[in-house]
Amino acid sequence: MKALSRLYVGLIIFFLYAPVLVMIAFSFNDSSSVWVFTGFSTQWYKDLLSNTVMLTALKHTLIVAVLSAVFSTVIGTAAAVGIMALRKKITAKLVMSVTQIPMMNADIVTGISLMLLFVFVGKLIGLHESLGFLTVLIAHITFNLPYVILSVMPKLKQTDSNLQEAALDLGCTPLQAFFKVIVPSISTGIATGFIMAFTLSLDDFVISYFTCGTYQTLPIIIYNMTKKSVTPDTYALSTLIFIVIFALLVFYNTLQNKSEKKSGQKRRV
Amino acid sequence: MKKKSFGNRFVASPYIVWSVIFIVVPLVIMLYFALTDTNGVFTLENLANIGKYKKAFGISILYAAVATVITLLLAYPMAYFMTKLKISSQRMLMLIVMLPMWMNFLIRTYSWITILANTGLINTFLQKLGLSPVKLMYTPGAVILGMVYDFIPYMILPIYSVMSKLDKSLLEAAEDLGSNSLTKFRRVILPLTRPGIISGITMVFVPSVSTFYISQKLGGNKTMLVGDAIEYLFNLGPDYYNVASAISLILMILILICLFVMNRFSDDEDGGVII
Repeated sequence: MKALSRLYVGLIIFFLYAPVLVMIAFSFNDSSSVWVFTGFSTQWYKDLLSNTVMLTALKHTLIVAVLSAVFSTVIGTAAAVGIMALRKKITAKLVMSVTQIPMMNADIVTGISLMLLFVFVGKLIGLHESLGFLTVLIAHITFNLPYVILSVMPKLKQTDSNLQEAALDLGCTPLQAFFKVIVPSISTGIATGFIMAFTLSLDDFVISYFTCGTYQTLPIIIYNMTKKSVTPDTYALSTLIFIVIFALLVFYNTLQNKSEKKSGQKRRV
Repeated sequence: MKKKSFGNRFVASPYIVWSVIFIVVPLVIMLYFALTDTNGVFTLENLANIGKYKKAFGISILYAAVATVITLLLAYPMAYFMTKLKISSQRMLMLIVMLPMWMNFLIRTYSWITILANTGLINTFLQKLGLSPVKLMYTPGAVILGMVYDFIPYMILPIYSVMSKLDKSLLEAAEDLGSNSLTKFRRVILPLTRPGIISGITMVFVPSVSTFYISQKLGGNKTMLVGDAIEYLFNLGPDYYNVASAISLILMILILICLFVMNRFSDDEDGGVII
């Protein structure tokens, strides 16, 4: 039974990684084919360095991911704090329902509705091309916000509101109380929200596709390439991204294991 | 007396303004486009024309439903077996399951072509064994495979997270009271993991029913899903925005109905469907 269950887990993982392995293998192909493996070479990695289209797109992706993660984390954390403080429960419920919309809705619907808004407003103010950097950034902040709010909210619910009151009684200004008492106790929620926002933005294709105009991000370039033919340098770039993310995750995992051991020791003492 | 704290409701106002402008207003504009013609005159024609896309809606729902069921059947045992491992391996496995989600799904989907094509890896292998090649690409099966592949982590993770919090003493109690493993599963494990199943189903079904990339790549141009129809019409230009908005509207309503029905099955009091 144990062997069988291990086999099953192994098979699922194989299924998850089969296309990734194919991608890595063909990034080392010495011909431009993604069909037949003719021999080993690293030429596609060298080509990548001179592929300005792809590198520009990578830059765009990173800019949008960082900015949208920062903005959505700030606005979203403030929103979570504010929503918790709303006195009328019905207003809080309404706000939370609206917040759920981008998470529930199909990406294609979110993307199209935002595009219609941008085109509509663009026409009103007489812009020739209404889609670009700003619109894709707004779109990313919009779909990131719910995830930030929903990661911060549970942490806020766990914090003791008396602590804040105590800080105020001891002479903190409300702002000081917020940064000295509330922020430290919800910091893990804020960090989770930020990481989620960053990765969602990095990975988004559908919403960017409808809102980016000429400001093309990496997924958009890859989409355009797969319409014609994919060259192994795309695979090379994806392989590099894969390695970076893998390294980050392993690093994060060891960090977590360590901190857990530490807190475990403390508890024993 | 309650002191004024920084946890003031006004700090939510930037977000509330933002969500009205960028969540509510766009949907209102979409509704407006769906109910008007190209000159902005009210009409129901766009909605009446939806009938033309009946087939696309039917196929989308069918494929997404099949993909969701397969995903659930594959993911549930996976999540169950994961919880049987020791904690450190569980965490490593979680990372392994999540890792592909951080890679561009377009590339991962595209890679399947190399595996499934007539001259692809599977068929080359079959030929080496002396078997005749099988047509795998550009079939409904390929599209469903793509959906299962792309969205299975969204099914594994919520089920796993519920299952790992399952109270072991309940299982022991069931055993002590004479349940065999089937009853134990049916009466204890399954009901307790239902919230995870429900959120998994929604997280797989919604992107599957609205996808347009998977069908284009793996289904060729033979299968037209709702997502494909919307994307195609929007690319034709502003003259087609009205029809495309009408289809998007119907898709959105359909998804809302599905979510509502799913929520009926879940006892979750928060009404939160996701995680």
